[in-house]
Amino acid sequence: MASIVFAILFYLATLLLVVGLLYRINTYARTPAPLKIPTTPAPTTTGGVVLRMTREVLFFESLFKSNLWIWAMGMMFHASLALVLMRHLRYFTDPVWGWVAFIQPFGMYAGITMLLGLGGLWARRLFVERIRYISTPSDHLMLVLLIGIAASGLSMKFVAHTDVVSVKSYFIGLMRFDIQTLPADLLLIVHLSLVALLLVVFPFSKLLHAPGVFFSPTRNQKDDPREKRHIAPWAKRSEASE
Amino acid sequence: MSDITAPAYRTIPVIPALKPGSMEGKGPFVASEKINEAIGFPGQLVEDWHDRAIAKMGELLSKYRSLKVFMDACVHCGACSDKCHYFIGTQDPKNMPVARQDLMRSVYRRYFTLPGKLFPKLVGARDLTREVLDEWFNYYHQCSECRRCSVFCPYGIDTAEVTMAAREILDSIGYGQKYSNEIIGKVHKIGNNLGLPGPALIDTLEGLEEDVKDATGIDVRFPMDVKGAEVLLVTPSADFFAEPHIDSLIGYAKVFHATGTSWTLSSIASEAGNFGMFIGNYDQLRKIAMRIRQAALELGVKRIVVGECGHAWRVAYSFWNTLTGVGDGADENDRFAQMLQKQLDHRYKQPTHICEFTWDMIERNALTFDKSKNDKHIITFHDSCNVARGTRMGDLPGGQFEIPRNIIKAVANNYVEMAPNTTREQTFCCGGGGGVLTDDLLELRVKGALPRMEVLKQSVDEHGVNFMATICAICKAQFTKVLPIYGFDRKMVGGVHQLVSNAIQLGPK
Repeated sequence: MASIVFAILFYLATLLLVVGLLYRINTYARTPAPLKIPTTPAPTTTGGVVLRMTREVLFFESLFKSNLWIWAMGMMFHASLALVLMRHLRYFTDPVWGWVAFIQPFGMYAGITMLLGLGGLWARRLFVERIRYISTPSDHLMLVLLIGIAASGLSMKFVAHTDVVSVKSYFIGLMRFDIQTLPADLLLIVHLSLVALLLVVFPFSKLLHAPGVFFSPTRNQKDDPREKRHIAPWAKRSEASE
Repeated sequence: MSDITAPAYRTIPVIPALKPGSMEGKGPFVASEKINEAIGFPGQLVEDWHDRAIAKMGELLSKYRSLKVFMDACVHCGACSDKCHYFIGTQDPKNMPVARQDLMRSVYRRYFTLPGKLFPKLVGARDLTREVLDEWFNYYHQCSECRRCSVFCPYGIDTAEVTMAAREILDSIGYGQKYSNEIIGKVHKIGNNLGLPGPALIDTLEGLEEDVKDATGIDVRFPMDVKGAEVLLVTPSADFFAEPHIDSLIGYAKVFHATGTSWTLSSIASEAGNFGMFIGNYDQLRKIAMRIRQAALELGVKRIVVGECGHAWRVAYSFWNTLTGVGDGADENDRFAQMLQKQLDHRYKQPTHICEFTWDMIERNALTFDKSKNDKHIITFHDSCNVARGTRMGDLPGGQFEIPRNIIKAVANNYVEMAPNTTREQTFCCGGGGGVLTDDLLELRVKGALPRMEVLKQSVDEHGVNFMATICAICKAQFTKVLPIYGFDRKMVGGVHQLVSNAIQLGPK
């Protein structure tokens, strides 16, 4: 029974995530940026913009300039999450890719540092007056959700093991539209439910910062307004109608 | 207004505690019916303001990617929360950049996102009520659009873009700000922000020629509307009569004189400032910018040079080419932009900042200086926000920091920097930019100047600084007003070309 329910849940959640994200990205891409507004000093070439964006996305350059605490906690969380996600590829690949096998032990510790990072971020939200002021209930719940995912995942590693072989064949089965049996462990059910919830919430929430950053005109524009005329289609139309 | 006093300096610049509501109801005067209607906005708050505001917001969300992405991407991380000079000076939490954005983001969520429609409380979504609208008017006029927050945001969210959108929405429903809208009316009617008519300008310029002749014995010209001049100088109208601005105008004229450059001012384009940017209105921005294209075409100039003005340089550098086709790459169907591009000399960047012009001449050894003429000054440089974070000078990123400093070092012997986390792209706004340089916002202006004043105090105490050079008309006017309130001499602030003017040698070499 649980196997069927979770199969439907994951198909729907994945569909929602993909369609929702594509829709958002499409909206961002189609909305024009009528004026040149890079935060200067800004790169003057496309290569420079790629470098700036890479530094921003991989190292959180601006956040580093702003506040070392938020940077450290945010970095710890995001880097750990990346490792953890890569570690989970072993449930979706057969045979497991070499590098995925290699990072397995690191990915395990990353689960712990991820939890630490999330705890740090939540502590800031709870105890720093001005961050508490700007926090909405959803900001707290988002952290609770991520902490729940990390904690339930770690529990299966360190407290009560689940049958990972069955879990793997279940997900490989899902990918081949061949529904297998999911182990009926409480921790696993909790873990998977929360992950499905995260997938659903993603395209409707502040998690849109992930695709959004790539479309941010203050970061992705070249500083070349004197050299090349930059004009939005709507501005051009209104000029033509003058 | 005389009861406004400076807030105390922080001994250690810690992040201040919150004082909720401390700047509530301290916004600017509302524009009158006459002022609004003169520039095509509804005279007063319209009946159906709610629906029209939401519709306008939807329109802006589809026209500006910045607004759309910035409304979605914020995660409330707090990176910007202690970066705004108005927050530091007023301690009002709604002056934190993220909280200022959230005044609009909460409404965006309510009307444009599914979670906000379904669970408003959970995601901090709010209906657009009259109270919310008043809050917008109040706090979106306590932002100087200086973009300091955008430097620190991991997603580059720029509160200036949100402020501009909010002001655009407010204007579209007849709830505009008196100061900015009145000035835009003057630009269209008279040609400049200060409302100086052509004859008065010519009079002033003749007076300046006499003054310079008396002081130096040399005939330095201040030409107006001269056809066939090489350079059209477009400068903020404060340069024509305000102190200390006028000393920089004299500096520009001396540089042109000493380099044998034929130049002219224009009576129709007697204003570099463009308050269309402050109110976020593209049509106004363009209409005001078109005066420069018109003047350039009528006068047949080869180069367009912009005087010391922060937001004007941002509009000129970043937006003029988009708005009017000054620069390169004009549309083939735009006949006037094509004409202008043929006419201008493309060996030079168009437009050129006066500091780029002067530094270029210094590098070519076309100017000589007696640096000792500035020896009475121990000089520091205040980076103006729009120049620092919205433009460039020269060929390399960061030229907007190096070139003015290079000029100062070329004309004076004593130069010191202020604290590094308050200069260059991390500079603090003077507290008067973005359409708040008005006496009805004096309390905000005084409090917003606190971070800069603290750092200035430090360099006065440690290095004996007695002159703060800057290249923005608004900075100059703002500091002239607030320096005395912080116990400094108002004459401490001046232009870079004021220092050039002091040291330049005009006689035969």
